[in-house]
Amino acid sequence: MAHSSYYVPHTAKWPIVGSVGLFIFMVGAANWLNQGPTGPWLFALGAAIILVMIFGWFADVIRESQGGLYNQAVDISFRHGMIWFIFSEVMFFAAFFGALFYARVLSVPWLGGEGTGAMTNALLYPGFEAVWPTHGPAALGGDFQTIPGFGLPLLNTLILLTSGVTITLAHWALKRAQRGALVFWMVATIVLALIFLSIQSYEYVHAYRDLGLTLGSGIYGSTFFMLTGFHGLHVIIGTLMLIVITIRCAFGHFSKKNHFGFEAAAWYWHFVDVVWLGLFIFVYVI
Amino acid sequence: MSQDTTAHHDDHHDAHHPTGLARWLFSTNHKEIGTMYLVFSLAMFLVGGAMALIIRAELFAPGLQLVNPEFFNQMTTMHALVMIFGAVMPAFVGLANWMVPLMIGAPDMALPRMNNWSFWILPFAFTLLLATLFMPSGGPSSGWTLYPPLSLQGGNSLAFVILAIHLMGISSIMGAINIIATILNMRAPGMTLLRMPLFVWTWLITAFLLIAVMPVLAGAVTMLLTDRFFGTSFFNAAGGGDPVLYQHIFWFFGHPEVYILILPAFGIVSEIIPTFSRKQLFGYTSMVYATASIAFLSFIVWAHHMFTVGMPLGAMLFFMYATMVIAVPTGVKIFNWVATMWRGSMTFETPMLFALGFVVLFTIGGLSGLMLAIVPANFQYHDTYFVVAHFHYVLVTGAVFAIMAAVYYWLPKWTGHMYNEKLGKIHFWWSTIWVNVLFFPQHYLGLAGMPRRIPDYAVQFAEFNMISTIGGFMYGFGQLLFVYIIWQCVRGGEKATAQVWEGARGLEWTVPSPAPLHTFDTPPLVDDSVAVHKDTLA
Ligand code: HEM
Ligand SMILES: [Cu+2]
Repeated sequence: MAHSSYYVPHTAKWPIVGSVGLFIFMVGAANWLNQGPTGPWLFALGAAIILVMIFGWFADVIRESQGGLYNQAVDISFRHGMIWFIFSEVMFFAAFFGALFYARVLSVPWLGGEGTGAMTNALLYPGFEAVWPTHGPAALGGDFQTIPGFGLPLLNTLILLTSGVTITLAHWALKRAQRGALVFWMVATIVLALIFLSIQSYEYVHAYRDLGLTLGSGIYGSTFFMLTGFHGLHVIIGTLMLIVITIRCAFGHFSKKNHFGFEAAAWYWHFVDVVWLGLFIFVYVI
Repeated sequence: MSQDTTAHHDDHHDAHHPTGLARWLFSTNHKEIGTMYLVFSLAMFLVGGAMALIIRAELFAPGLQLVNPEFFNQMTTMHALVMIFGAVMPAFVGLANWMVPLMIGAPDMALPRMNNWSFWILPFAFTLLLATLFMPSGGPSSGWTLYPPLSLQGGNSLAFVILAIHLMGISSIMGAINIIATILNMRAPGMTLLRMPLFVWTWLITAFLLIAVMPVLAGAVTMLLTDRFFGTSFFNAAGGGDPVLYQHIFWFFGHPEVYILILPAFGIVSEIIPTFSRKQLFGYTSMVYATASIAFLSFIVWAHHMFTVGMPLGAMLFFMYATMVIAVPTGVKIFNWVATMWRGSMTFETPMLFALGFVVLFTIGGLSGLMLAIVPANFQYHDTYFVVAHFHYVLVTGAVFAIMAAVYYWLPKWTGHMYNEKLGKIHFWWSTIWVNVLFFPQHYLGLAGMPRRIPDYAVQFAEFNMISTIGGFMYGFGQLLFVYIIWQCVRGGEKATAQVWEGARGLEWTVPSPAPLHTFDTPPLVDDSVAVHKDTLA
């Protein structure tokens, strides 16, 4: 079935659509941030174009894959693509984890007078005590409480870990060509993902409404919401991938041997899982 | 690997290839995309150059003459962003697009559609960036490093700049992924890792650096964005954050970034010097290891950009010594280039001249870098023209010279014509003389204490600034000659042979000049007789 040679598409129309979409999206975003009137509309238009591009592009790739145009080497190229993409995502999160560690280990203690920070503390922020969590010497955002780790976040950890197991069970089913079990475990994974997202949204509402914890709650609020927020965004993306892949599973797109699309989504899902473990330990527990 | 990479183009049977604009908009061909990258880069080089000349014109004499200080600051900021992200990086990616598949015997890049996207994001990204200059509040004026709190106090441009940087980042990351996948997956049978030309090796490592640090830059500027628009306090001490945190994250990206700007240049020079010395590269494996060590070390030296910001003494010592250690693998490279020439039968065509200019002048930049790495000295030199002199020696006489060497070296392969050698030589000597007139005096200005990024200065700096400005204009206008030479070579000229240069070795010289649109559809068999480097392990 697989073609024996490396498939090089003749022309590609989607990338330029994607570039135009990204451009409109970014112009819209920047306008919106600067309170321009057209911002939200351009933003939405750009996002719509990007979505069309993603669907169109993947539809082409799926069609070519089903048509047997891809050989082993193309498959390996795709694998490289996905692995290095995930690595870039890891580095993106590393920047935010780095900010968290820097604040907790270095800059907050310095503001409290440790190390070379004695004069800063004495002259600028007398009486500021370096404790974590903090919203800084100016107590930005007002009083707040944090979300205890061993409540919902622990439950969320268990949910995500379980979803890692269910997707592996799905993979085993796929490798044994049991389509029923495959779809069942995929759906289970998606359900777990949706439960995770619901709990996370509940937690956000709770934080904003009852705990006084917001994005503006100093460095704690900044790191808390940016880390969990970007993670949540990635869970949403991962869930969309899982949904598409499940539909493809149901249509029998994957064979025992040939199912890179499935694996890519599974890798991504494990990545999201691992990032959460880091979050759970460093944001919620410690 | 073997016959797996035999190509199958879906245009094999119908001969018509799209023409006109469609050909470029929809292309998946590594040569066409490479050409677009190179043309884009040249355009940005001229735009960034025009900005540089505005800066130099203002600095011709003390006092404020031509532009107001706000605009001056916008020019220094934009010049750097345009040159780094618009001129040098795309030039290297363009060269990689053209040459990597040819050098490893691959039919095309591994992910041809994504390749098109990586390129086509760039014109839009730079439209977004340059458009800020025409907005009522002007372009960004905080310097290309966008340090808070200053950068957060600018006008409407900040959001545009940050989102433009995100676009450039997406483009670079996709480009880098493509290059890694191509090099690791698309090599012809027999093209073992240790037979790969050094340009391929240096790009492999550069691509890794790009994937590792572009997302970190994305993180840093995202924090700026949320600090400005969404009330976070990453860089606000009142909320428990720290403006210095930005500098750490930025330079964690920034230092590897400077190696992203120079490693492919090392690769180019390592191709050219052996060709025109008619010898194999001396110390091939040590070159590979040196490149890898430089890449590794580049992750642990970032704070040498922040010595004056107030860091614990232990940290300063660590970053000082780690920085100096980089000079060791860099020295290995310089030694190897010189040793390659030793007893070679050398000729001095334009690419070789630029490569030699690179070796000498880049070394000057490396040495001033070492001076800057010395903490107590850095307290004096930091943020002065000495730093400006340093990075222009490594970036202009380093990266840009290497890019020009590469263009002269491979232009006959791309166009099928020889360029005008006489004009090429004039271009080289003109550039080399004036670039030194431009940048060498800046060392003295810096040592004497003239701060960078300032439109006015004390009168004692007048003479050197005047000399520097004259050098700048002469160098700058001289580059129009480069554009003319390329134009002339594209239009016609003496027919180039497949091998082009007598001493050239490697797969790219086995295909006709100009290289046909599709090459190596059937992978060549590579052994020590065709490879640039004999693989002693294979
Ligand atoms: C032996 C090698 C090198 C050493 C030891 C070195 C050291 C340094 C140091 C200590 C600084 C900070 C100066 C200051 O702001 O006080 C610096 C700045 C800089 N270096 Fe290098 N460097 C080296 C090679 C390179 C290379 C290869 C490049 C690029 C191709 C480069 C590009 C830059 C740039 C762009 C800056 C200024 C960044 C800014 O502040 O805007 N350097 N270098
Ligand atoms: Cu550096």
